[in-house]
Amino acid sequence: MTGTADTAGQESRVTDFSDDEVIIGLEIHCQLDTLTKLFCGCSTDYRDDGPNTHVCPICLGLPGSLPRVNRKAIEYALRVAKALNCTIVEESEFARKNYFYPDLNKGFQITQYDRPLAVKGYLDIEGDDGEKRVRITRVHVEEDPGRLVHKGGADRAKYTLVDYNRAGIPLIEIVTEPDIRSPKEARKFLNKLRATLEYLGVFDSEKEGSLRVDANISIQPRGWFDREGKGKADRGRAEVKNISSYKGVEKALTFEVTRQKNALRRGQRLGTETRHFVETRGVTTSSRSKEMEQEYRYFPEPDLRPLRVCAWADEIVLPELPDARRARFLTQYGCSPIHARTLTGDLRVAEFYEQVAGIDPVLVATWVADTLLGELNYRDMSISRVSPDWFRELLFLVHKGNVTDKGGIEVLRSLLDQIRESGSCETPGACVGRLGLRVLERTAETGSEDDPVVNAAREVIAEQPQAVADFAAGKKEAFNFLVGQVMKKTRGRAKPADVNQVLSGILGKEG
Amino acid sequence: MATLTFPQDDRYNAFITMLDKAETGPGKLSGIGIAIKDNISTRGIQTTCASRILEGYLPPYDAHVVKLVKKAGAGIVGKTNMDEFGMGTTTENSAFGPTKNPADTSRVPGGSSGGSAAAVASGMVRMALGTDTGGSIRCPAAFCGIVGHKPTYGRVSRYGLVAYANSLEQIGPMARTVSDISLLMEVLTGYDPSDSTSVNCPYAHIPDPDIRGLKIGVPEEYFGEGVDPRVASVVWDGISLLERKGADIITCRMPSMAYALAAYYVTCTSEASSNLARFDGVRYGPPADTRQTWHESFQERRRDGFGTEVKRRIMLGTFALSSGYYGKYYAKAQAARQQVRNDFLRLFREVDVIAGPTMPTVAFRIGEKTDPLSMYLSDILTVPANLAGIPAISVPCGTSEGLPVGLQIMGPHFRDERVIDVAYAFEQGVSR
Repeated sequence: MTGTADTAGQESRVTDFSDDEVIIGLEIHCQLDTLTKLFCGCSTDYRDDGPNTHVCPICLGLPGSLPRVNRKAIEYALRVAKALNCTIVEESEFARKNYFYPDLNKGFQITQYDRPLAVKGYLDIEGDDGEKRVRITRVHVEEDPGRLVHKGGADRAKYTLVDYNRAGIPLIEIVTEPDIRSPKEARKFLNKLRATLEYLGVFDSEKEGSLRVDANISIQPRGWFDREGKGKADRGRAEVKNISSYKGVEKALTFEVTRQKNALRRGQRLGTETRHFVETRGVTTSSRSKEMEQEYRYFPEPDLRPLRVCAWADEIVLPELPDARRARFLTQYGCSPIHARTLTGDLRVAEFYEQVAGIDPVLVATWVADTLLGELNYRDMSISRVSPDWFRELLFLVHKGNVTDKGGIEVLRSLLDQIRESGSCETPGACVGRLGLRVLERTAETGSEDDPVVNAAREVIAEQPQAVADFAAGKKEAFNFLVGQVMKKTRGRAKPADVNQVLSGILGKEG
Repeated sequence: MATLTFPQDDRYNAFITMLDKAETGPGKLSGIGIAIKDNISTRGIQTTCASRILEGYLPPYDAHVVKLVKKAGAGIVGKTNMDEFGMGTTTENSAFGPTKNPADTSRVPGGSSGGSAAAVASGMVRMALGTDTGGSIRCPAAFCGIVGHKPTYGRVSRYGLVAYANSLEQIGPMARTVSDISLLMEVLTGYDPSDSTSVNCPYAHIPDPDIRGLKIGVPEEYFGEGVDPRVASVVWDGISLLERKGADIITCRMPSMAYALAAYYVTCTSEASSNLARFDGVRYGPPADTRQTWHESFQERRRDGFGTEVKRRIMLGTFALSSGYYGKYYAKAQAARQQVRNDFLRLFREVDVIAGPTMPTVAFRIGEKTDPLSMYLSDILTVPANLAGIPAISVPCGTSEGLPVGLQIMGPHFRDERVIDVAYAFEQGVSR
């Protein structure tokens, strides 16, 4: 027992954080993408339907109804456990977590407690300092509760409505060891986990509310968490609940790092605290209410038999996972390591890439990983809205030299805008024509009066006597400037090589 | 299809809901009117569990057993009174008033399936469904002088039975004769995929009264402290009758009886505290007062909606499951439960069935038992069968002070046929 923890007033201020580290552990809840709910036959496809339309006596928890386990949900969970390198427990068990809340129709949630489905796994990620292994403590299955709806917003609604469509959706809970060392690393872990779950075909990250994260975070003297560091004072920690987006996790944790550092600088003791992430404001707020300090009175669910599913796990053959696919992209397509990582980091992107790659794997890799993803991100659109067919056509035009890279980007932007606004778009060929982006074909040999590139070059030379003079005086940059001006004049339709050739031809002659 | 008209004179207050007509059809139970305990869900028929908190609740579905009896041609004539949520031994803990014992209207019918027992004993119906969590079929059967059987755990689907203590309870038949019990067992048993604890073990059996050579164990503890000597003597007479019919009587011991009652009450209250959490005013009963906060509204609803005994058991169970006490109570109770199971397994290597009294006394006077603990003690002879999940039947075996006494026969798991045979042999012996 070290003395520092006892006397809050004497806590020393922390002024230098160079010998401290951020310690983060995550608890992730993902909806498993089964067709039916965890304990009944109701459809899980509830998002577009009215409230309380996907319900039955079982998922409403009506008196006398009994749960029966959806085999598919357990198989999905086992796939996850296996992909996360976990040990499947010989016999696991459902338990009741008892608490009162209007969205909890039975007054308890069926979950797993001291005998989870799987334990002791890991997931390798690209951490802050290179490859890194994050240990998984446990993986278990549980049911989602219903949802509270406040018409007009939580602050203004006079009453609460309850929608049980979500009640009974299968969730998987994945708990990590506190192995994550920065908010950025947390985001990277989540991205890798999401990719893994999607590769397994058990999770759809595009469904609203399909992922929820609780994060434990603290700032401790370096080594505090490791064995040799034991005995150093625990500076307290926060559990941030209710984070429901990938970006939110990094934001919430970044906010917490700043908040905790400020508190430690002032010499405050942090203690252990539950905080809520307020997504709209990007901050965490303390949840001091008594209800948060729960006594869950767990006990084994008497209506379900223990799960003995090791044999099922043995039969599961895992599909190609992100790491394997990345390695394949390097060898099969000759992608750069960065492109391979980006392209395989999302199942949809990887599949999209492979559908289009045939044209020219390296060119397509650049276009998908750098250009397309950037443009989609800017528009907050998913790649699932892009058809590989028209994208293939566009890259074909670029590959053939019918459109320049720059012109291609202009077409891409126009098509994405169209999709965003109306859901569909014209063909890339039509777009090229409409925007007049077809590459200027040299109509005659250099020197001809009719050649559009030559004409443009002549006009630029006439308009920019200073640059021409600078070039003649030996300034190399002046040439690049003139090339740029020609490109501008042709609205990017001239091939850079042609412009170079034409310009140097004319200038060489005149110089 | 035939329509059964049903007399409306419910002088013993056996029913919470009576239907004046019941449709019957062809099948094993063709033309028979059957009463259903009010904790078994019936589609469109109010199912209250004798609690204010569920008043007016119309289940949108039929319990599996209700489907089965309808399919077998029986007509449902009403829903019977009970102790609220099954919590009691007298049917006095009902929001709809106590049921009276047809054998003596100043006495309780036993509980918690007291309404079903009274309806059968008075001749209002030929058979009824009860539920047995710690003796709730057998106790009222014994007190009212009818036959009641608690099947092996898993043999009858619980789907639609409003849970009190899931790991202990079974739906079972109540009737005036063992043959009717057997007939109803044929209808009720079988695998139901909607109950994960259901076992595929249908009952297809005709009772056989030949018990020659059968070994009947009689544990000393079933005649121990608290058992009324007059009741004990009636039961011993019954056991002697079985001996005369060719059975071997072997006295034995069941040391785990010392822990059975405690294990039972910790387990059932723990499970009940969780099962009854869903009654919070959000989904059942009149609309909540939206001017109140959620916590206020839900506290008020539970305070007003549950009876005293139910609240007592919810509190006991909540305490037993609390962190820091779980190991002391719930976990210990499960260990004790395992000992009870082991005792039975050991005994059933030596004997074929076990016999003893169903209840330590005859029916109490209405209002006599005011102390909950002494009430709990009266369950001592019935709870072991629930803790172990074994089949147990109570068959009338005479009277003491003019009141019915029940003989209890318990058998190994899935040997309901055997205990029914012994009960049948006894019934035949008495009537001859």
